[in-house]
Amino acid sequence: MASLTKRAKVLEQTPLSFMESLYLPNIFKGMAITFGHIFKKKATISYPEEKRPFSPVFRGLHVLNRDEEGRENCTACGLCAVACPAEAITMEGAERQKNEEHLYREEKYAAKYEINMLRCIFCGLCEEACPKDAIYMSETFAPSNFTRQGFIYSKDELLIPNPTTNKEGYEAARGLREAQIKK
Amino acid sequence: MEILQIDLFLFLEKLLLIGGIITFSLVIAMYTTYAERKVAAVIQDRLGPNRAGPFGLAQPLADGLKLFFKEEIIPLTSNKVLFIIGPALAMMTAMLTSAVIPWGSSINVFGRDVSLQIADVNIGVLYVFGVVSLGVYGIMIGGWSSNNKFSLIAAVRGASQIISYELAMGLSLIALLMMTGSLSMKTIVEQQMSGGWGGFLGWNILYQPLGFLIFLICVFAECNRTPFDLPEAENELNFGYHQEYSSMKLGFYLFAEYINMFISSAVVSTLFFGGYDIPFVNETALAASWGGNIVAVMGFAALFAKIVFFLFLFMWVRWTIPRFRYDQLMDLGWKKLIPLALANMLITAIVILWLNK
Repeated sequence: MASLTKRAKVLEQTPLSFMESLYLPNIFKGMAITFGHIFKKKATISYPEEKRPFSPVFRGLHVLNRDEEGRENCTACGLCAVACPAEAITMEGAERQKNEEHLYREEKYAAKYEINMLRCIFCGLCEEACPKDAIYMSETFAPSNFTRQGFIYSKDELLIPNPTTNKEGYEAARGLREAQIKK
Repeated sequence: MEILQIDLFLFLEKLLLIGGIITFSLVIAMYTTYAERKVAAVIQDRLGPNRAGPFGLAQPLADGLKLFFKEEIIPLTSNKVLFIIGPALAMMTAMLTSAVIPWGSSINVFGRDVSLQIADVNIGVLYVFGVVSLGVYGIMIGGWSSNNKFSLIAAVRGASQIISYELAMGLSLIALLMMTGSLSMKTIVEQQMSGGWGGFLGWNILYQPLGFLIFLICVFAECNRTPFDLPEAENELNFGYHQEYSSMKLGFYLFAEYINMFISSAVVSTLFFGGYDIPFVNETALAASWGGNIVAVMGFAALFAKIVFFLFLFMWVRWTIPRFRYDQLMDLGWKKLIPLALANMLITAIVILWLNK
């Protein structure tokens, strides 16, 4: 029968030779191979204890950035929300008051900033769109929750720790970012 | 009234021994499931169960507990009585064989010599064959009473496979029995122990390598292990004869398979690898200096080490080679193993005659 494509391989179905029909030599060969695999390095990563190294461009959960003095970078310009193809970002802007200079870097800030992690496709366009380096994507992944509502991350869940009150937390979150930028 | 005058201590001693061996086989079977998963994992470059307890050692307990708490489903169209008898029979026949296996020489307790064998019957090997043949009823009844086409096909496959391979198995053993001249397992072990190099030169594997090979292949087939696991072929028959089973009835079938493996390993070790003989050690001389009990325990450990090796072999083969096709299976059994076993028998007979001339 002619084959439909010209790439078909013709298999020669010769009867087994005497050595092959004994099965055993080939079985021993196979067993030697499987025995060798016992001592091989295991491919498994024991997840919670051990984590897979990520590439520097890995896109995990979002973080809202602060500057060195603990002021929020975000000015609620809305570019991230516009850029978002999944429409996962919602925000409301507000004007900075007189006594709030230590909280927000510029005159306008995001009063409400929510990302729906179930909608988010982790494409990273928000990060690219941001002119103020206010949002970036961390290496954290696999969020878990019992309700859909729980996956809508509000501002306090997204914000990086304040460097004036929680120095170590800020450094830890920032350190990864710095390493990412360097690479 | 002679027959009723049973030695009470003998009764007690045997009862303890039976209880001990049953518990022992169950625990071993439990941990064989764990070992199987671990061996499968390391052969496939994985880690295997390691969450329940240290190194995942509580895994078999968790599995057993899970099976106990599962819902028990008996299909409406099944034959209920047989449906329940099936797994019980599989379990019972798996256990029965252990009665004639000598687990060690005798130990001395309070001045009594207690033999570590439940029954030293003079037809030991024959008894093993009888019980192993009964094992097919567990599969057959389970598959038939399920009233399900896959189960029935699997049961028929299992029955014909076990019957075919029993022939080759028996023929391969006849050659061995011609050498030993005895059917008693204990006598066979003692004959092997009396060989040179502390018993090692007496091991039957050295005189019956072909017989051992045929016997081993048949044991794989009798235990329904890969490459002969056609009765429970997952991908063709949806788990075969225990497809309709759930809860602990399924557990019994799975357990019976592992107990069968354990007991088969014990039989192979006993018949071909000197049983509780410690190689390169003269047991009688050692018993004189160290005391008989210690040597008996060491002998048991030696037997156990051999059994563990064979259990590992079972798993090693399972995760190496694929399943036979059904016609290949029958071809191997009838056209290759039986003629080979017959030739082996003939050669052994000629050599024995020639040596005795």
